[in-house]
Amino acid sequence: MKLIHRNIDKDGKGEVTLMPDDPEDIWHAYNLISEGDSVKGSTIRKVQTETATGSSQSNRIRTTLTVCVVSTDFDTQACVLRLKGRNIAENPYVKMGAYHTLDLEPNRKFTLGKAHWDSVFLERVEMACDPTQNADLAAVVMQEGLAHVCLVTSSMTLVRAKIENTVPRKRKGNAAQHEKGLHRFYENVMQAILRHVNFDVVKCVLVASPGFVRDQFFEFMMQQALKTDNKQLLENKNKFLLLHSSSGFKHSLREVLSDPSVQSKLADTKAAGEVKVLDSFYSLLQNEPARAYYGLKHVEVAHQAQAVETLLITDTLFRSKDLTERKRCVALVDGVREYGGTVKIFSSLHPSGEQLDQLTGVAAILRYPMPEIEEEDHADDSD
Amino acid sequence: MARHRSVRGMNYDEEYEGYFDVYGHSVEEDYCGSPSMDQYMYDRSKQPDMSAFMQTVDDIAEEDHEVQDHGGAINYPLDPMEEGKLQSCLDELRSVVGESVSETILIKAIRDANFDIEDALKRVLDNSTSSSAAVSETAPLPQRERKHRDRNRKEKETDDPESKAVALEKVREEIQNMALSHGFPGAALKVVAAKTSKRSHGFDIPSPASDSTPSTPRPYDRLGAVSPASSTCSSRRDDSPGAEKIGTPEETPSPIRAKIKKKVNAQEEYQKERGNMKEKVNLVVIGHVDAGKSTLMGHLLYLNGQVNKKLMHKYEQESKKLGKQSFVYAWVLDETGEERSRGVTMDIGQSHFETEHKEVILLDAPGHKDFIPNMILGAAQADVAILVVDATRGEFETGFESGGQTREHALLVRSLGVSQMAVVVNKLDNEKWSQKRFEEVKKTLSQFLIKHVGFREADLQFLPCSGLTGVNLISRPEIEELRSWYTGPCLLEVIDRFQCPERPVSKPFRMPISDVFKSVGAGFCVAGRIETGFIQNGDKAMVMPQGESVLVKGLTLEDVARHSAFAGDQVVLTLSGIDMALVTMGSVLCDPANPIRVTTKVQARIVLFNIQLPVTKGFQALFHHQSLCEQAVIKRIICQLHKSTGEVVRERPRCLTKNTSGMVVIEIARPVCVELYKDAKELGRFMLRVGGSTVAAGMITEIL
Repeated sequence: MKLIHRNIDKDGKGEVTLMPDDPEDIWHAYNLISEGDSVKGSTIRKVQTETATGSSQSNRIRTTLTVCVVSTDFDTQACVLRLKGRNIAENPYVKMGAYHTLDLEPNRKFTLGKAHWDSVFLERVEMACDPTQNADLAAVVMQEGLAHVCLVTSSMTLVRAKIENTVPRKRKGNAAQHEKGLHRFYENVMQAILRHVNFDVVKCVLVASPGFVRDQFFEFMMQQALKTDNKQLLENKNKFLLLHSSSGFKHSLREVLSDPSVQSKLADTKAAGEVKVLDSFYSLLQNEPARAYYGLKHVEVAHQAQAVETLLITDTLFRSKDLTERKRCVALVDGVREYGGTVKIFSSLHPSGEQLDQLTGVAAILRYPMPEIEEEDHADDSD
Repeated sequence: MARHRSVRGMNYDEEYEGYFDVYGHSVEEDYCGSPSMDQYMYDRSKQPDMSAFMQTVDDIAEEDHEVQDHGGAINYPLDPMEEGKLQSCLDELRSVVGESVSETILIKAIRDANFDIEDALKRVLDNSTSSSAAVSETAPLPQRERKHRDRNRKEKETDDPESKAVALEKVREEIQNMALSHGFPGAALKVVAAKTSKRSHGFDIPSPASDSTPSTPRPYDRLGAVSPASSTCSSRRDDSPGAEKIGTPEETPSPIRAKIKKKVNAQEEYQKERGNMKEKVNLVVIGHVDAGKSTLMGHLLYLNGQVNKKLMHKYEQESKKLGKQSFVYAWVLDETGEERSRGVTMDIGQSHFETEHKEVILLDAPGHKDFIPNMILGAAQADVAILVVDATRGEFETGFESGGQTREHALLVRSLGVSQMAVVVNKLDNEKWSQKRFEEVKKTLSQFLIKHVGFREADLQFLPCSGLTGVNLISRPEIEELRSWYTGPCLLEVIDRFQCPERPVSKPFRMPISDVFKSVGAGFCVAGRIETGFIQNGDKAMVMPQGESVLVKGLTLEDVARHSAFAGDQVVLTLSGIDMALVTMGSVLCDPANPIRVTTKVQARIVLFNIQLPVTKGFQALFHHQSLCEQAVIKRIICQLHKSTGEVVRERPRCLTKNTSGMVVIEIARPVCVELYKDAKELGRFMLRVGGSTVAAGMITEIL
């Protein structure tokens, strides 16, 4: 994302103009734009004109519209953000107050105006515009009969293909069917890689599995590449990295990302860093439960005692439609920073963020044990 | 047909003149003509195994018939509806008179009586007495006239209940007469009784006096059941014009009886099929990687004669070529090239062999950590287990420490319902058959298995072995060092002594599918273990959660085609009527009348193992249930329970830490087939695993 123009006054009111470069920037935009914001962007609209004689004509016209956002819709697969809103600026073709849906696409600039830019938003803009933060990584997690082909960026994990094949088990005197099924499965995975992984962009392809599946698969793929003379695969052979994971399900990507050999390959370790923090939270919960709390209420109580050392929070909460809840979260983040704590904002598109989302979305590691929180709250817990 | 019609006009009684002199024979043997189609149909119903089935069908026909009978429009030859009526009437009559009267007579009587059972019965009895007494005077009258007479009779009956009771009394007397008037009543009746089992009991109660005495209860005595009802409830019957009512009080309970019969059938069938066979036991072999599981079992199979010498020689040569001669016995069970070249079992290896009293289905589980899902699949199908540990100093310790699989496997099999286990202390030859080492291993293991895993001491059996050299496998050891202190049984004897668990044969049919593959002929095959119930060739079944119905076209047990299979069997079914791609591992085949429940949310009681991370709300784990493995999330922790007493320790805790127990709500990513633990243990158990280690074992308490 490129920041083209920025005009924010002291009390936080103002606008910025941004140019998204890649699909991930659309995700950032999705996190920035909330209901009630004004967005200006170029769009195509079908306009009906009526002549003096009464005959009507409809034209498609490219025009620049400013809408006040009513609802947002993000498609994770295509990485398109659709903003539905009402026109708030005068325009020769579109009446004031008329509804229009803006599509945000890469390489098309837009201007976003907000009544109040809080710290989390500003941080997000900064993060999105940091050019060092784009490391593209493809990952294949697999087990016999199940594979996920994912693209991992610093703030997103996109499942591009899920391959599910039934592989017959080995059986007395009939190992051939097993091997045949396995080859069919490998072939499917290979095709998915070829289709979804752009080797010009991707720096590294992780292949993770339990047992020997990854080795078998890699061997199979290279053999096939030699057979079919597939330059793309042969040239990028050294981009493949074989790792261990416990299963072929998506969440085992977490294990893969926490592998130290991956971290060195990743220019940006945000995804891996998230995994690490979450793991330490869990181990604390096991060993010293009075220092690890989750749930907004518990964490707020801890924060009031200035006890929060690390705050784990997902961006789902900042996209909340409920403005007061969002404010509450922003205040928490700001407060924790003020008292010298660190804040980790998890992307809900990563497996670790998904996990934290399930765990109410907020968790905190405390500086010192506070057993009283749990005791006092025993009666009124809500979920 | 013309030929048949001419037969109808025949004088049957003349034909049967000598009939009662040849009691031992069935009617059909003597009588070669085919008088009518009805008779032909009855022949089929007389076949003993069909009769139960036929009766249930008849019941339905009978009910229809009741409503329509008074329409009075009866056409000869019979239409299908009337054939049904005829059948049901025939069955009724048979139940009263047994086999003593020829069916031709019965049919005739029924027709004459216009499908009125009571009336027909009377006619039959009239007929038989007279026919046995002398030459017949009841030559068939012209139909029209008979019909007319019949209608008259009916009217008379409906008008006058008194006369009906009298008529019944007469029937009873006639039966009595018939028995007495017979030349040699005792002998003849005995023959009949033997032939038609319970139904002919009707003859034994000639007097109404014995009916009223409860000292002779005969559940299947139809006449006995009829008589008191007809005599005491005559007033109640006033309002009903037809006499079919007599059948109704009997018919209503019969569907229930049929159902019970089916259930009993399952048990009986099982007894019949398996009663004289060796007991089947499913045995899983578990243990740490490289403990020598495959080698041990491969060697046992070889010594037991399951693998021929030629094949063994081939394996020997090939393994030598690869420089892995020590894996030669493991090759018996490890069949894929990958497994052989790496020397590691990756998937369950299946084989079977027989001992003196048992037929053993052997499941060789992989020991490697990454293949535990496969091992769970194997253990879920097993009744008993063999835990193999490597006695070599250092090897046992690594297998047993927290990173090793010895602990995890033992915990898994126990929580999957295996209660008996043999512990094979393998490779003791490396320790020079030292008793000290054996005792040391035994002490450590038994402490763990009894205290932490929950095996009973009596269900554990320790024995020293050597898989590679084959010591103490099928015969007691001859090595002096071992014989000096070990006098216990050898491995084969231990396997032979395992107790077979009770097979839930009479529960509804359930079979989780663990494998789907193409068969040689048409259709495709699924493999799995029947958990409850039984299935027969040609049965319809239902694949859940897809909800598709399929036809079982073939059934094989250990590569032998069979007609039926029962709970506990590892079976391969050939299916048709569904696309192969639709059936996946983890689907469940079940009884279409009583399908398994499908859900994405369950409430369960879980027991946590010794884990690193605590279980919180939103905890993502893999849900292993039978052959299925699916992503799941813990939605809610309801309470923490005391591990042994089951009392609630704490309501809504923040998390469950290691070695605790609790109630949780689990949401599974896709619909799965489960049963409550209390209904079917095998299908109510599951495992939760995260990142290559087993987190918890659970029992489903509620399906949400």
